[in-house]
Amino acid sequence: MKSHLLRPVYVVLGIIAAILIFRMLYVPKDFGVHERGYMYGWYRKGNEQEWKAVSIKYMTTEYCKDCHADKISMITKTPHAVIPCENCHGPAREHPSDPPKLSIDKSRNQCLRCHYPLPYPTSGRANIRGIDPEKHNPDIECAMCHNPHKPGLGG
Amino acid sequence: MFSRREFLKNTIKGAAGLALPLTALELITPEMILALKQDSAKTRWVFLIDTYKCVGCGFCVKACKTENEIPYDANVTRTWVERYVVTKDGRLYADSPKGARDGFTTNKIDLGLGNYKDIKKEEINKAFFVPKLCNQCENPPCVQVCPVGATYQTADGVVLVDRKWCIGCGYCIMACPYGVRFFHPVYNTAEKCNFCYHRISKGMKTACVEACPFGARKIGNIKDPNDPVTVTILTERVSVLKSEYGTKPQVYYIGLSEEVR
Repeated sequence: MKSHLLRPVYVVLGIIAAILIFRMLYVPKDFGVHERGYMYGWYRKGNEQEWKAVSIKYMTTEYCKDCHADKISMITKTPHAVIPCENCHGPAREHPSDPPKLSIDKSRNQCLRCHYPLPYPTSGRANIRGIDPEKHNPDIECAMCHNPHKPGLGG
Repeated sequence: MFSRREFLKNTIKGAAGLALPLTALELITPEMILALKQDSAKTRWVFLIDTYKCVGCGFCVKACKTENEIPYDANVTRTWVERYVVTKDGRLYADSPKGARDGFTTNKIDLGLGNYKDIKKEEINKAFFVPKLCNQCENPPCVQVCPVGATYQTADGVVLVDRKWCIGCGYCIMACPYGVRFFHPVYNTAEKCNFCYHRISKGMKTACVEACPFGARKIGNIKDPNDPVTVTILTERVSVLKSEYGTKPQVYYIGLSEEVR
């Protein structure tokens, strides 16, 4: 066969080889079919580790109880015992090193999440005492009168 | 030279050969069938939501956004809480302002486009809250449609997204019948709830479960017969969302109602 006929064949073969070599270098070794089979488990295995390495921000009340036992013993005697510390104080992360001080959400909206009265039957919300935020001391923070750790008046 | 008879014979053979699917040529060994039948995984994460207990405080949404680094003020979230109100005249109202990140602090239903509907107590027949999150389906349609292998299911049943591999085509966002996927505003890749994979793989509970003051959310391992979540799912009346899609969702609900979509 004449060479001018073979030339495009070489070009095509060259392109295919280049694509295969690029794919070999670009696609990581751990990319392939894993436990859930080809339909659901065709992926880069290393990504599982990347997700596991995400930092934990919420450390839960267990983490707080050793240093802040006084606050916890106070709140556990009240209906607010069910509320985790970090819901109002923000994520502890690596407190006390980072951040050294936690914020406190004292906004009225924070309390209204539960204490805005929504009389919905079949929802636990109906059993929580609520206030009308437009009539009940609208200009001041709730914590001025109610200690969130001991929410009755004069706490 | 071909005879006409030979030509026709070869044509039929060729057509039959082309019609034979490639999979039919794959040799299936008994080991492969066994491996398909025996699920060796010791863990299969599932979720249980008690809608009677949910009060719509939205602490779960707040915790999830912080824990999983979802931009706080962007109107996207991995989990959200929906409010359903059915009035005495048979109308259904549902809303989830900002995904209930700040809870439900008004009885006005957000109808969208700045319209609100004030519903009086006397008009309500039934009303309740429904938390939503990724169902980590046993047959996840979002994974099937991914053209690049960027989203996948782990051996313990959680569907993850590989941010390095995702090309942002959005097929998975369209494919999810539950609408749990969205584009991450920072990474511009598909984003979804992954049951806080970094927490559950270290023996902790998800951020939303920890934040819920009322125990409305629970996570468990359905392969463990002593897990309280497994016991509830196996012995009590639970239901799932949109079972008609055949996705086998693994978020179970107590007290789901027909109105919930």
